[in-house]
Amino acid sequence: MKRLSHFEYRVPKTVEEAIELLESGGPDARLMAGGTDLIMKMKLGAISPKFVISLKKISGLDAIAFSEKTGLTIGATALLADVATHPDILKHYPAVAEAARGTANVQVRNMGTVVGNLCNASPAADNAPTLLAMGATVHILGAGGKRDLPLDQFFQGPGRTALQGAEIVTAVSVPVPPPASGAAYLSLSARGKLDCTAVGAAAFVTMQNDVCGDLRLYIAACGPTPLRAPGAEEILRGKAPTDDLLEMAGRQACAEASPITDLRASADYRTKIIAVLASRAIKAAGKRALER
Amino acid sequence: MKHVITLNVNGDPYAIAVNPWQTLNEVLRENLNLTGVKLGCGEGDCGACTVIVDGRAVSSCLSLAVEMEGKKILTAEGLAPTGETLHPIQEAFIDKGAIQCGFCTCGMEMSALHLLTKNPSPTESEIRESIAGNLCRCTGYTKIVEAIGAAGEKMRESSERKSS
Repeated sequence: MKRLSHFEYRVPKTVEEAIELLESGGPDARLMAGGTDLIMKMKLGAISPKFVISLKKISGLDAIAFSEKTGLTIGATALLADVATHPDILKHYPAVAEAARGTANVQVRNMGTVVGNLCNASPAADNAPTLLAMGATVHILGAGGKRDLPLDQFFQGPGRTALQGAEIVTAVSVPVPPPASGAAYLSLSARGKLDCTAVGAAAFVTMQNDVCGDLRLYIAACGPTPLRAPGAEEILRGKAPTDDLLEMAGRQACAEASPITDLRASADYRTKIIAVLASRAIKAAGKRALER
Repeated sequence: MKHVITLNVNGDPYAIAVNPWQTLNEVLRENLNLTGVKLGCGEGDCGACTVIVDGRAVSSCLSLAVEMEGKKILTAEGLAPTGETLHPIQEAFIDKGAIQCGFCTCGMEMSALHLLTKNPSPTESEIRESIAGNLCRCTGYTKIVEAIGAAGEKMRESSERKSS
């Protein structure tokens, strides 16, 4: 039976206290939000921290807030299950809710967090592509103070983020969606939504009289981080998304990704599926934009 | 260093000294002898260890016991506390033949309870989504899905009787 190696448990009441603990613990300390990734990695022996710092008792860190002026803010310990069912998120950011609902299973969604999913920095993280496409920002607090970073600059490689030293992501925020805009995320895995995503595609589109205006496309699980496909975006920008152009954009997205063969899918399969999911995601986002 | 946690399990209050590295699964099974809580994969994939914590179905194998301070926990043992009258979910699992080897059953029932508490009249696809994190290697799921639907009906009838 897999038992956890021994560690000390710390439960700070404020983010500042958590930063101090993280700083004094150095590389031996790990932050824990929902723990669904951390505890599993510890059981598998991939990591064995001496200190586990739980963020769950920091009051207000689980807040989900929306305003028509500033947009959506999801706190570091807000659960996937709560993001998936939050009325404001369902109304104004349906793709964000769908991505949360499509993550793992009920039990994991009742424990895990959106911000934890981002900080784990898996190339297959289900919550990353939609937030990237919608122009999200991560809010970071460290010993040196506060900084905001576009989510687009946060991911550095598998399991690696732009966080330095004793820094904590306190929240991720998403701007107010502009009028006539829509977003969509589609993913495929071996069995249903349960397995880790083999290919994902998220699109954000604004439409002006049936023509694509602003457009952002991200491909998940087909490179060291979720990847943007600017060439595919360019094919559609300022054009009506006809089936021919969507197909062309899908093919271009394949060329911009760098899929590998692993236990979830072969590189060949991924290459074919990127084209399909990318064009479908753009189409679905465009449809949503016209409905708004 | 051990931490003393106070929690409520199946209606009973407990104060337990736990090591930080003990999971909720270990404490429920080994300290409290609640062996209805199974340990399958130990990685949050199979759902055999599912318990309800403050109204939410969670994997006890990925939960640290030390984080359960002040929480209210329900395990399969708490579904029929007297041992005489079964819970409608348990009755439905028996009636519909939803139990074969039985290893997944307690976890399935906790996931079913989590669903039916929030949504007393689920569709088949909602039932399937609710147990997507519970693996069964015997039944092929059909009987379990039928049992959860039937349990929902029973629970609705009994709550209507109570309210009328």
